Amino acid sequence: MSDMTAWLVVWPVAVPLIGAALTVALWGRERAQTNIGFLAIALQLAAGLVLLQHVWENGPVAMAMGGWSAPFGIALAADVFGAGLTVVASLVAFLILIYSLTDTDADQRRAGFMPLILALMTGVAGAFLTADIFNLYVWFEVTLISSFGLMVIGGRREQLDGAVKYAFLNLLATTFLLIAIALLYGMTGTLSMADLSGKVAALPADSPIETVALLFLMSLGMKAALFPLHFWLPAAYHTPLPAVSAIFAALLTKVGVYSLIRVFMLVFPDGAEIAREAMIWVAVATMIVGALGALAESDIRRVVSFTVVSGVGVMIGGLAIGTQAALLGTTFYIIHSIIISAALFMAAGMISRAGGGTRIADLAGLYKGSPFLAVAFLLCGLSLAGVPPFAGFWPKVYLVQAGLEAGAFGIVAGILISGFLTLMLIGRSFALIFWRAAPDGAPRVVSDGGDLMKGALGALTALTFVLGVYSAPVANMAGRAASELLAPQAYIGVVLGRSAQADASGAGAAEMRP
Amino acid sequence: MNSLILRTAVPALVGLMLLFSIYVLLRGHNEPGGGFIGGLIGASAFAIYTIAEGLASARRALIVPPITIAGVGLLFAALSGVVSLFFGDAFLTGQWWFPAFNPDLKYLSTVVLFDIGVYLVVVGAIVGIAFALEERE
Repeated sequence: MSDMTAWLVVWPVAVPLIGAALTVALWGRERAQTNIGFLAIALQLAAGLVLLQHVWENGPVAMAMGGWSAPFGIALAADVFGAGLTVVASLVAFLILIYSLTDTDADQRRAGFMPLILALMTGVAGAFLTADIFNLYVWFEVTLISSFGLMVIGGRREQLDGAVKYAFLNLLATTFLLIAIALLYGMTGTLSMADLSGKVAALPADSPIETVALLFLMSLGMKAALFPLHFWLPAAYHTPLPAVSAIFAALLTKVGVYSLIRVFMLVFPDGAEIAREAMIWVAVATMIVGALGALAESDIRRVVSFTVVSGVGVMIGGLAIGTQAALLGTTFYIIHSIIISAALFMAAGMISRAGGGTRIADLAGLYKGSPFLAVAFLLCGLSLAGVPPFAGFWPKVYLVQAGLEAGAFGIVAGILISGFLTLMLIGRSFALIFWRAAPDGAPRVVSDGGDLMKGALGALTALTFVLGVYSAPVANMAGRAASELLAPQAYIGVVLGRSAQADASGAGAAEMRP
Repeated sequence: MNSLILRTAVPALVGLMLLFSIYVLLRGHNEPGGGFIGGLIGASAFAIYTIAEGLASARRALIVPPITIAGVGLLFAALSGVVSLFFGDAFLTGQWWFPAFNPDLKYLSTVVLFDIGVYLVVVGAIVGIAFALEERE
């Protein structure tokens, strides 16, 4: 008999999966699909909160699927890091669903919006909660396949163009990930990340650990949009529906960042020096190139895409430093970035509605027609740049402090310079889009998005403000996540140990087989 | 396709293929395979029927849209994993029921339900693709 509390780790994955199955079965009935979608994401959020509370009080929890024990079978496992990110992901996804009610029309919803979103959320939660590295690859595929479908809803020519680039480069990255996993399996004979943790450390000195670590850095870095493999993101993220861009920007790169952290903290906690050295410079380059790219762009949705890239650099910078304070900053930044990327893509979508386009040169004087949007965009932009009192300020403080303590001055400089460039960018975009007087005869504000869009954007803006003013809960949570990442014995123990009990029940089930 | 040979052979072929696909599904549930390969055989039967009789009559023969079949299959597969909750086992642990009147009957289990789910997903997805391709021609 396995412990019933272990079921907590299953629900955030199983609930959206069942929801996806129901919505596929009800294909074409968009009202029923929408109701099921909202219910499933709300239940996923509730399941995530219960899981987080359980993990917070009792330490990591794991369950071996089908009772097949962990080094051989697949386990789902949650620590504060994974459970916390699941909660933030489903919270933001819920707000994006509210936004999507206005953003999508009935035809687009009938084209499978809700089933694909639920499949995407299944994949995201699965990636955050799996303890098996091959299973991680499978969840990547689940998110990837559903994101292909989401990307082309709307069916405009440029969407297909963006989707082809996105699909090709992501399939390439997944193939490299598969090769890296295969090499790792060849060396160690195990796929459970908890088991790998000890086995990789015990490998003979001539094993190609550096090669495999670099392959992981490359393939997961491509998913996370790290320089120089970031170019697919700004080439693709401005094409789908704004709600789809928002959920992609909020979650997909973060799954890549999460996996990099998991792999480098659990599988390669020591060694892999070349990959770690490379990670520092890749992170700095990503921050700067992302911010410069955003400054050079003339389309508001592409500007916002580049700021996502810049944020990925900051997160990986924290991983490259690797101390308690740095990992705290990184975890906090991931949470902040999930919120703020969604908010900025929502705002960009509303700007294109209000101004009738996305080229900054064509947009002007939107403040008059949509003051709410102007204020929300400015506040979220300031949070993105890391200005107090918003949530973007604190992770950068922790990261800069950690960088100074560890002597990683390149990363400190990168964070400060990219923050400054982002501030310039936000100021410039705000001045051009909202402040600049509209030329005479320019079309008036077409639509301010309506109450649902404003409500979703307002909720995210309020969240980034509240988490900035009252940052203690998130900072505490990120601190616990960082400690558990640095000392993963409890996580490893629960994945391998709990499965010893589950093994007994699994064997019992096997005996009953005819 | 207007071929007399195909149209004459199809009713017998389709019936045999569907029967065989169910045989493979049930045969396979304690061996590797089962749902997936059975689903492919079942989908091929509908594909041949579509080629011979046309899209409209194939849709009528299937009664429900293929995507619904796939959704129901996914639901079966997902729910078969949840059944073990009520028996105190881990997610996806197989549960068997051996009825008193015939304890040798080995098909009443969540494992078979999962395989039926896979079968329906494969049939639904492949037939859906076949219909979409046929539609474009």
